[in-house]
Amino acid sequence: MSIQPDNRFVDTEPWIDDADISAPERAEMDAPGWLLTWRKFRRHKLALVSGVFLLLCYLMLPVAGFIAPYTPNERSADYLYAPPQSINLWHEGSFVGPYVYPVTAKADLVNFRWTYTTDETRPMPLEFFCEGDEYNLFGVIPSDTHLVCAPDGATLFLWGSDRLGRDVFSRILYGAQLSLTVGIIGITVSFLLGITFGAMAGYFGGKTDWIINRAIEILRSLPELPLWLALSAAVPSNWGPVAVFFIISIILGILDWPGLARAVRSKFLSLREEEYVKAAEMMGARPARVIRRHLLPNFMSHLIASATLSIPAMILGETALSFLGLGLRAPAVSWGVMLNDAQNLASIEIYWWTAIPMLPIVVVVLAFNFLGDGLRASLDPYKS
Amino acid sequence: MMFLRYAVYRFFTMLLTLWVVSILVFAIINLPPGDYLSNQIAELRATGQAEGVAKAEFLRTEYALDRPLWEQYLIWVGFSPGPNGFSGLIQGDFGWSFEFDRPVGEIVGDALWLTVLVNLAAVLFVYLIALPLGVLAAAKSETWVDYTAGFVGYLGLATPNFLLALILFYYGHKYFNLPIGGLMDPVYEGQPMSWPKVKSILLHMIVPTFVIGTSGAAAMMQRLRANMLDELSKPYVETAKAKGLAPAKLLAKYPLRMAFNPFVADIGNLLPAMVSGSVLVSVVLGLQTIGPYLLAALKSQDQFLAAFVLMFVALLTLIGTMISDMLLVLLDPRIRYGGRGA
Repeated sequence: MSIQPDNRFVDTEPWIDDADISAPERAEMDAPGWLLTWRKFRRHKLALVSGVFLLLCYLMLPVAGFIAPYTPNERSADYLYAPPQSINLWHEGSFVGPYVYPVTAKADLVNFRWTYTTDETRPMPLEFFCEGDEYNLFGVIPSDTHLVCAPDGATLFLWGSDRLGRDVFSRILYGAQLSLTVGIIGITVSFLLGITFGAMAGYFGGKTDWIINRAIEILRSLPELPLWLALSAAVPSNWGPVAVFFIISIILGILDWPGLARAVRSKFLSLREEEYVKAAEMMGARPARVIRRHLLPNFMSHLIASATLSIPAMILGETALSFLGLGLRAPAVSWGVMLNDAQNLASIEIYWWTAIPMLPIVVVVLAFNFLGDGLRASLDPYKS
Repeated sequence: MMFLRYAVYRFFTMLLTLWVVSILVFAIINLPPGDYLSNQIAELRATGQAEGVAKAEFLRTEYALDRPLWEQYLIWVGFSPGPNGFSGLIQGDFGWSFEFDRPVGEIVGDALWLTVLVNLAAVLFVYLIALPLGVLAAAKSETWVDYTAGFVGYLGLATPNFLLALILFYYGHKYFNLPIGGLMDPVYEGQPMSWPKVKSILLHMIVPTFVIGTSGAAAMMQRLRANMLDELSKPYVETAKAKGLAPAKLLAKYPLRMAFNPFVADIGNLLPAMVSGSVLVSVVLGLQTIGPYLLAALKSQDQFLAAFVLMFVALLTLIGTMISDMLLVLLDPRIRYGGRGA
């Protein structure tokens, strides 16, 4: 840039005649939709962090047995209600590597509780890739190698142990397997039902629309939890934990679809008047094809965002049901089942670590909320 | 006059919905295999108690449980006369609780009023908290006020109700000497209303109200904030600002009114969630509402009690939604009467 004697500004850069002036904007415009979404999504730092966190959580599920130092129902009868232990690195100024101090339990017969004393003179280094109780890697491969185990003669209760001397930390990892998948299965059921009914109502209109709409209104006006309770009370108590788990997640899904169906319906009502739908119909496409190939892809991404926002409700629902003893039952391990043990004031006042499972619940639910909000904001083409 | 017609129309749709709900409830209650009486009869037979069996058999014919399901339904609702004077829900005969061995109406009596009271208090709490906080968060958007309100709101959404209840009870008792458990001092149970009893109930309701209302308040606050922000970015707000209207007056005069409609309409979404929440919280905190009865009845397949509680809870939400719909029509003249197409 230079200023001429007559005060004009002139660019000193040489002029390239054949450069396509629209080039930089072109690339931006030709970028595929997912790339644009991703660019916007990246700016929502909280949503990004939540997404990564949730991804790690779900990736952890199949290898939970490897990471957990104990198996969920492994009991250490000498360590009931043991408090959390810390892993230390330095002992009296010298580096030892990760180690724990051994603890010993003593029954306090005056206050009627267990008291634990830590022997701080003997650091005991942790063992890595060691053998422990058997578990199934990915649910199928039997294995007994654990990432980390307690050294002989000591324990490794990172978050303490519960009423029966089971490791809370390991149980939380195993509990995640059920608690986190409940939401996924439930949302799948709700998604299928919601899209089917919503699409039918919106596309066909008329009587179908009226009936589905009334059904939605009725289901939405009912309080969810009592219905969940009633339906889960109907699950026969002699069924295995896996069957109960599936039924519970399906129940959660069955009562969740109306919200989704409403969103789908209102979208369909406006979209079915578009020219491309008319064109497809005239070329002889059946309703099912028009719905699947022409209409749904239009707002699938939005549906996914709203689904992300309803997963937390299901996770909380499972927790509540199990907490009341109507959902999953021991020996199945879920966060709700664990909290069922922490139902009394004593466990909050004296054995506060038995209430730790609430932490992962709160964190996961928050993460899903942030992720969903971020997704929704970045999928909105009218918001920069 | 138009409003009256709308009210009548709305009332009849509610009745219709209630009727469908009764079918739904009846079906759900009869879903699990077996029922309380046959279980009991089998148990009594096994232990050889003949007189118990006779009583159970008597109850079974008395309440028409030996008839086919559709007939049982008609009799339970009161559409068709039952044997020996069992007249059904519509005439105020709620049936017999086999678990407690008393008529259902007698068991739930007080609990009904307390349930309504707790839920009413929670709704009030939601409005009292969500309204100022939501407006404040929108007016001071992207400042620490907004972020704090948002964070607290998210936390309220994410914490399971029952845990919040336990924790608040513990700390409430420890630091503020709030009473633990129940809705009134045990001394006043079964006593007629008196000033100390009212005071005791109020004191006991602090924690439950807070717990039941928190998640609803959080959701409503976020929605109000979003609505307000939409309104605040409109040109008329700019004009008002340019003309020098005081910020507080500006806020209250136009955008708040606009943002208020969804706020009232939302009670239809809010109420079912809160009634659900109150059932759960009542179980955990041992409140004398119908929550604990529902749980007990569901666990032992005590069908008349469970069905009645479910019906009552549904009725509560339906009435609440109806009232909110009518309020909305009164508030916003743009909303057309008579549903769609009218």
